[in-house]
Amino acid sequence: MIKSLDDLMQIKKQYSNLLALREHRSASGPRMNILVCGGTGCVSSDSDRVIKNLELILKARGFADDVKVIQTGCFGFCEQGPIVKIEPDNVFYVRVSPKDAKDIVDEHVAKGNKIERLLFEDPHKKERIYKQEDMDFYKKQVRVALRNCGVIDPENIYEALAAGAYEALGKVLTTMSRDEVIDIVKKSGLRGRGGGGFPTGLKWEITKKQEDEEKFIICNADEGDPGAFMDRSILEGNPHNVLEAMAIGGYAIGANKGIVYIRVEYPLAVSRLNTAIKQARDFGLLGKNIFGTDFSFDVTIKYGAGAFVCGEETSLINSCEGKRGEPNYKPPYPAEEGYWGHPTCVNNVETFANIPVIITKGPEWFASMGTEKSKGTKVFALAGKINNVGLVEVPMGITLREIIFDIGGGIPGGKGFKAVQTGGPSGGVLTQKELDTPIDYDSLLSVGSMMGSGGMIVMDEDDNMVNIAKFYLEFTMDEACGRCAAGRIGTKRMFEILEKITQGRATMADLDGLKQLAYLVKDSSLCGLCQTAPNPVISTMKHFWGEYLEFIKDIDHPQGEGKYIPKNKIGIKA
Amino acid sequence: MVDSKGNSELSTTISVKINDQELKVLEGITILEAAHEAGVKIPTLCHLDLHDFQMYNKTASCRVCMVELMDEKNNRNKLVPSCVTQVQDGMVVRTDTLRAISARRGAVELLLSNHPNECFTCPKNLECELQALAEELNVRKIRWEGERMDYPKDISSDAIVKDANKCIYCRRCETACNEIQTCGILSGIGRGFNSFVGPFANIPMVQSSCTYCGQCVQVCPTAALTEVYHTDKVWEALNDPDKHVVVQTAPAIRVALGELFGMEPGTIVTGKMVTALKRMGFDGVFDTDFGADLTVMEEASEFIYRLNNNKTLPILTNCCPAWVKFIEHQFPELIHVPSTCKSPHIMFGTIAKTYYAKNKGVDPDNIVVVSVMPCIAKIAEAKRPELTKDAHNNVDIVITTREFGAMIKEAGIEFDKLPDSEFDSPLGETTGASVIFGTDGGVIEAVMRTAHEWLTGKPLEKVEFEELRGLDGVRRATVKIGDREFNIGIASGLGNARMILEDIRDGKADYHAIEIMACPGGCVAGGGQPYHHGNNEIIKKRIDAIYEEDSRKRVRKSHENKEILELYKNYLGEPFGQLARELLHTHFEERERI
Repeated sequence: MIKSLDDLMQIKKQYSNLLALREHRSASGPRMNILVCGGTGCVSSDSDRVIKNLELILKARGFADDVKVIQTGCFGFCEQGPIVKIEPDNVFYVRVSPKDAKDIVDEHVAKGNKIERLLFEDPHKKERIYKQEDMDFYKKQVRVALRNCGVIDPENIYEALAAGAYEALGKVLTTMSRDEVIDIVKKSGLRGRGGGGFPTGLKWEITKKQEDEEKFIICNADEGDPGAFMDRSILEGNPHNVLEAMAIGGYAIGANKGIVYIRVEYPLAVSRLNTAIKQARDFGLLGKNIFGTDFSFDVTIKYGAGAFVCGEETSLINSCEGKRGEPNYKPPYPAEEGYWGHPTCVNNVETFANIPVIITKGPEWFASMGTEKSKGTKVFALAGKINNVGLVEVPMGITLREIIFDIGGGIPGGKGFKAVQTGGPSGGVLTQKELDTPIDYDSLLSVGSMMGSGGMIVMDEDDNMVNIAKFYLEFTMDEACGRCAAGRIGTKRMFEILEKITQGRATMADLDGLKQLAYLVKDSSLCGLCQTAPNPVISTMKHFWGEYLEFIKDIDHPQGEGKYIPKNKIGIKA
Repeated sequence: MVDSKGNSELSTTISVKINDQELKVLEGITILEAAHEAGVKIPTLCHLDLHDFQMYNKTASCRVCMVELMDEKNNRNKLVPSCVTQVQDGMVVRTDTLRAISARRGAVELLLSNHPNECFTCPKNLECELQALAEELNVRKIRWEGERMDYPKDISSDAIVKDANKCIYCRRCETACNEIQTCGILSGIGRGFNSFVGPFANIPMVQSSCTYCGQCVQVCPTAALTEVYHTDKVWEALNDPDKHVVVQTAPAIRVALGELFGMEPGTIVTGKMVTALKRMGFDGVFDTDFGADLTVMEEASEFIYRLNNNKTLPILTNCCPAWVKFIEHQFPELIHVPSTCKSPHIMFGTIAKTYYAKNKGVDPDNIVVVSVMPCIAKIAEAKRPELTKDAHNNVDIVITTREFGAMIKEAGIEFDKLPDSEFDSPLGETTGASVIFGTDGGVIEAVMRTAHEWLTGKPLEKVEFEELRGLDGVRRATVKIGDREFNIGIASGLGNARMILEDIRDGKADYHAIEIMACPGGCVAGGGQPYHHGNNEIIKKRIDAIYEEDSRKRVRKSHENKEILELYKNYLGEPFGQLARELLHTHFEERERI
C-alpha cells in the first residue's frame, strides 16, 4: 500500500531497473528486453504467438533469465506490425511473424546480428533502417498522450510506477489546492480531444463551481469514428495514465467517483483497464484516503454497446444510467446536471492522457507545443490510401502535408493525392489546397472540416468523392439514434438521394434537394452527431461538384452513365 | 407565472426581442412561452405542457418549433427549438426568417415523408396534430420522398391498437407511460430511421403489463396509438330485432361530449345525450351514475364493515380498471387492500341482466349492455372472465366518448339541435354523489357523504367536502365524522398512486380510505375522452362542469336515491349482504410485471 508520496518514490526507485534497458540502455539484471507490440492491431496479426515462440525458444536456448520478453502497448506503426523492438540494441523489427522468433533468438539474441529482412525498408530511399527514431514515420512525432505506449508493459503496475505513474496525482493531492490544479490545466491550454475542443480547465472549473455533495467524472472511451483507434491504443498501452488523470480531475472538481464508459468491442482495452483498476486499488492509488490524504476516489467501468451516438456526452450519461442511448437537449450541460442529475465532467481518453504530464512537467512546457489557440499534441489515426497506416502523435500546428507525406509516407502505388477526411463522419474533406493548413481546432473549422477525435482518412485519385460522402452518410444514418426528426428521417433521405445519384438515377432537382436537406439537417438536428452528419456531403459538394455532375451527365436519360463504385474501394484500414 | 420546470416565484424580468417586438418577460421561461406573450404563434408537435397535471413532454424531438436566434454581429445566427430554449437577457429571436420557416416546414415534410398517406380512413382524420400542422405550415409538397416504415399493426390487446407506422417519435406516450404513470411499458425501440415507441423488445401489447389507462392514446398526436373500435358491434346489436339493447353513459361523458360538436369544453349536454341515444334506437337509456350510487352503497358498507371489524384498512376505491390492473401487476402483494366492489358500469350491467331482465321479462341472453365510457381500460375490463354471470358478460360492448360522438354523426343526428330528455326509469335516477365520480376525488367524496350519515345517524348539512377537491395529483385530508377523524388520501395518476402504495406497503401510511384514479384529473381526462390536444384548460373546464352538475342535483347522497333503495328492498336485500356480495363484488389476480 502506498500511503504517501515518499512510499511512491521508493517503489519507483526500487523498480527503476525494470525500465533501465529501455530508458538508458544500461542496467543490471537482464541483459536484453524484447518488446513486442500487444496492441489490438498487432495481436490480430499474431503478435501473441510471436511472444509465445520467443519465450519458448529463449527458454530452450537457456536465455530465459537473461532476456525478458515484454508485451507493450501500441507502437503506432500498424502498417508494419507486428512490431518487435530489441533493447538496449535499439533495433526495430517490423512485420514479424511467429516463425521469425527462432531467428530473433538464434541470430540477434545469441550472436548480436540484426536480421536484415525484418528491418523496415524506407520506401523512398530503399534502404533498411533499424532505429525507430531514424524512420520518417517517427521523426516528426512527439509522444505526449501516447508516452510509454510501446515502452512499458501495460499489465505490470511496477513498470508503470517505474515510469512515473501516479507521481502527478501524489503531487496534486499532497501539495496543491483544487483551484491550483484547475489553474494549471487552464494555463496549459489543453482542449478536449474528443473533437469539440472545449477548454478542459474551464470544464473542470465549471463543474467544480456547482454545489452538490456528489459529483462524477467520466472518461469517454466510446471511440466510434470509422478507422479511429487513438483512445483504444492509449487504454491498451498505458491505462494507469488515464486512471491517474481521472483521479486528478476528480480531486479538482470534487468528485469521488469516476466512470470509464468504454465500448464493449474493445475487449483488450477493457481487460487491461480492469487489471489496472484492480492493481491501483491494491496499491491504494484508488480507494479511500489516497496518499494518506482525505481524498477518496474510485473508478468503475460502464460498457457501451457500440452506439456511435453514445460518444455524445448526454447520450453517454443516459447510457450509463441504463437508459436508451440518446442525447438530451443542452442546456443543462452535464457539468450542471449530469449522471443521475449530479454535476458531471465528461472528458475524452486522450484529454485525460495529457493531464499527468502537464502536472509533472508544467503547463508552460505543454503550452510551448502547438499553436496560439491549440496547445500540445494530437493523436491521429492515419488510414485510407496512405503508405504508413497507423497511429501518430504530432504537435498541433503541423501541416496536413507533413502528416500525409512525411509521416504517412505519401500515397501508395504512386497515385495522386486527392483529399483527406478529418473529423471522421462529422468532418469534411480537405483537398490539395488545404495541404499546408496548420492543423488545429480553429483552422480546420475555418476550412470546412473539424479536428474531431482524430480519424484521418486519405483518398487518392481513384476514389470517387460522391461515394465517400455516401459511405459516411450511411454510417451516420445507421448510427443516428432516431430521437429527432431531422436526424432520424433527414439522414435517411440524404442517403437515399446519394444512392440515387451513385446509381445514375438522379436529376439536377435531386442534387438541389440534397443540398437543401443537408443544410436542414445541419440546422435542425438535436445533437452534434446529426448536426455534423451532412458535413461530408456539403464539403464534397463544395470541392468536387463536378463528380456529382458526372453521375447526372445526361438528365434526359434516367439510366444515365452512373459510375457506381462499391464502398469497399474506399479502402479504410484500421 | 410558472417556468418550464414548474417553479413559481420568479421575479427577475429580462428583455427579449421577438420579431422586432421588445418584451419584458420573466427569467426562466422558454422562447415559446415568451412568443406566446408577444402574440407570436410558434407551431409545436412533440411539446406537451399540462402543467396543472404535472405532465410535460420536453423531448425537443420533432424540430417543428425551430426559431432563429440572431447574432448577426458575430455572424453566428443559429436555429434553436423554442420549446426548450430559455430566454436570456438581450436575446433577439426571429420566427419569420426564411431559414426558420424553411426548417419548420422541412421538419413537417420529413415527418410526412415517413407517414402513411391514409388520412381519409385514419381514425385521427381531422383530429391529427400532424395533419393540422401540414395545413398550418403551408406544406404543399414533400421535397424528400423515400422509404417509409413498414411494421405490422399491433392489434393484440382488447383495448389499444398500436400502429408504429404512424409513430412520429414525439415520445409523449412514453412520458405519459413512464414519468406520469410509472408503468414503464412504452419506450423507444429500434435505432435511427426505424425508431418507434412500443413495449420492451416490441412484445405484443397484450403480453405487457399495460394497464390500458389510455393516457398514451390521449396524448398521441397521430393515430399511432388508438383504442380498439367497437361502433360496428353496437350498430349490429341495435339492428338485431332479437336483442334488447341497453346503454349506460359514464358521469364524465356529459361534460365532454359537446366538444365533439363544436361546443365549449365543460358544456353539460346530459339531456341532448339521452335524446341522441334514444334516437339511435337503444331500448333502454340509463346512467352509469346509477351504478355509481350502487357502488357508494356497497363501498360505504364495506368501509364501515372493515372499520367495525378491524379488517384491512385503508380501503382503496377500485372504480378505475386501469388502476386495478396496475395494482395487480405492480403491487400483487397488496391486492387484498382494494374494495372488492365491481366498478359502477359493471355493477349496472349486472343489475341489467338480472333485476332489470326479470322486471322486463327479457331473457338475459338477449340483453346487450353497451357502456359509453371516457376510458380505454373499461374496454378490456368488460372482457375480464370473472366479470360474467351465467356465461354472459356483465357488459357486452364498451365504446369511448369519441366513438359515441362518431356514431351520433354517422346517425345523422344534429346534436346541437336536440331537445333534452330524461334517462329511463327505473334504474335511471341518479344523485349528485354519483355525478362527481367523473372527477378525481369524487368517488371518495360520494362515499364519505353516505358513510358520514350512516356512522353518525345524522343528516349531513354541508355535502361538499371541499378538502377533498383540487388539482394536486396527491391530496390528503382529514374528515371529521362525529368525533372520529378519518385520513383520506386521493391520488390521480398512477405515478402518484405508486407513491401512496409504497407507503402502504412499507407500513408508513395511516389512511383510512384512499381513492385512486389512473388518469391525472380523473375520468374527465380519461383516455377515451375527446382529445384535449395538450390543452390544460379543457380538462379544468370539464372538472368545473362536473361539480356544477352535482350542485344542480336535488338529491346529492347516494343512499337517498329512491330507485337504489327500491332495488335493495325488492331484490338485493342488505347492502354488502349475501346477494349483493355475490352480484356486485369481484376479486383480483396477481399478475406478472413485464
